[in-house]
Amino acid sequence: MINTKYFLKGFFCIKSADSPAIALFASFIAIGALFKSIGLNIQESIFSTLLTYALPGSLIMAESLIVGASLLNIFLAVWLVNARFYPMTVSLFPLLKHNSQPKLKYYLACHFIAVSAWLIMKKNYKSVERKYRLDYWIGVGAANLSVAVLATAFGFFIADYLNKDMMIGLAIVNPVYFTCVMVGAMKTIQMSLAVILGFIFGILFYFVSPEWCILFGGFTAGTLAFFTGELNDN
Amino acid sequence: MTINIVLAILVTSFATYISRFLGVITSKKIKETSKIFKWFNCLAYSTLSALLARIVFFPAGALAEVDYFIRLIVIFICLIVFLISKKNFVYPTVLSALLLTILSANF
Repeated sequence: MINTKYFLKGFFCIKSADSPAIALFASFIAIGALFKSIGLNIQESIFSTLLTYALPGSLIMAESLIVGASLLNIFLAVWLVNARFYPMTVSLFPLLKHNSQPKLKYYLACHFIAVSAWLIMKKNYKSVERKYRLDYWIGVGAANLSVAVLATAFGFFIADYLNKDMMIGLAIVNPVYFTCVMVGAMKTIQMSLAVILGFIFGILFYFVSPEWCILFGGFTAGTLAFFTGELNDN
Repeated sequence: MTINIVLAILVTSFATYISRFLGVITSKKIKETSKIFKWFNCLAYSTLSALLARIVFFPAGALAEVDYFIRLIVIFICLIVFLISKKNFVYPTVLSALLLTILSANF
């Protein structure tokens, strides 16, 4: 069902120098500690990271639990902040398509879509034979999810030893990693525009609607970047 | 706590999985050489960038307790470290946690 050789090849990408492991670990330690402080038990904390596996979404859930928001509110807020997975999946899965792979596998493998694994795959897909790209992807995703789950459990257990300043220190790691990744991706005019305009529109649209700013800002910026890049190429 | 934690976790997971699931359905009809694929690639990066902007300028949780000027300085220093270390991710990420822990404890 899964080619072990390619699965392991993908899995061990986590050890490379540009691996997201440190950023992922730091962020989910903070999530684990946060979960403990708001009253989740260890099973619920692990269960949450395993099933959701998306940092901003987990943060929103934690904050909603603190303020006692309704389930519908949680649903909408999480959906909006995690809607980025939609364009991310559409811009990755066509690269993994192969007729020999069962369709159901794609629906299960899409759970691994998250910035960390997505970036590794975007960078490495060309070096993997098309037939086995999905197996490689599952390896990359499984490694990243394992790091996130381990970090959540670790964060939960060391929560009592983390003071406020350390929690703040952990919280900056992910945005810093994110910034480096975005700057690293600015290789063409189109990509540079997508990143820079996305940042600017993300802020501008926040003043229109804090909930919709990621979606609206991202959509406007991405579309503008695409057309400008295309015009420039012609 | 007014609502069931397990239910909240399930709702959060479901709300997250929907976008991934719809992405797989849409991507079935899209060829990697098409313009639409390129457009979605731009959308993916710009949406991530918009999310980054929101986290940096309007953060939730622990980060909100630090002055935004300090947050920007830390990110800027780490970005420079990233660029001069030939795009190594380890140095800037480790440095950022240390730097902000020290800065937030002293300012």
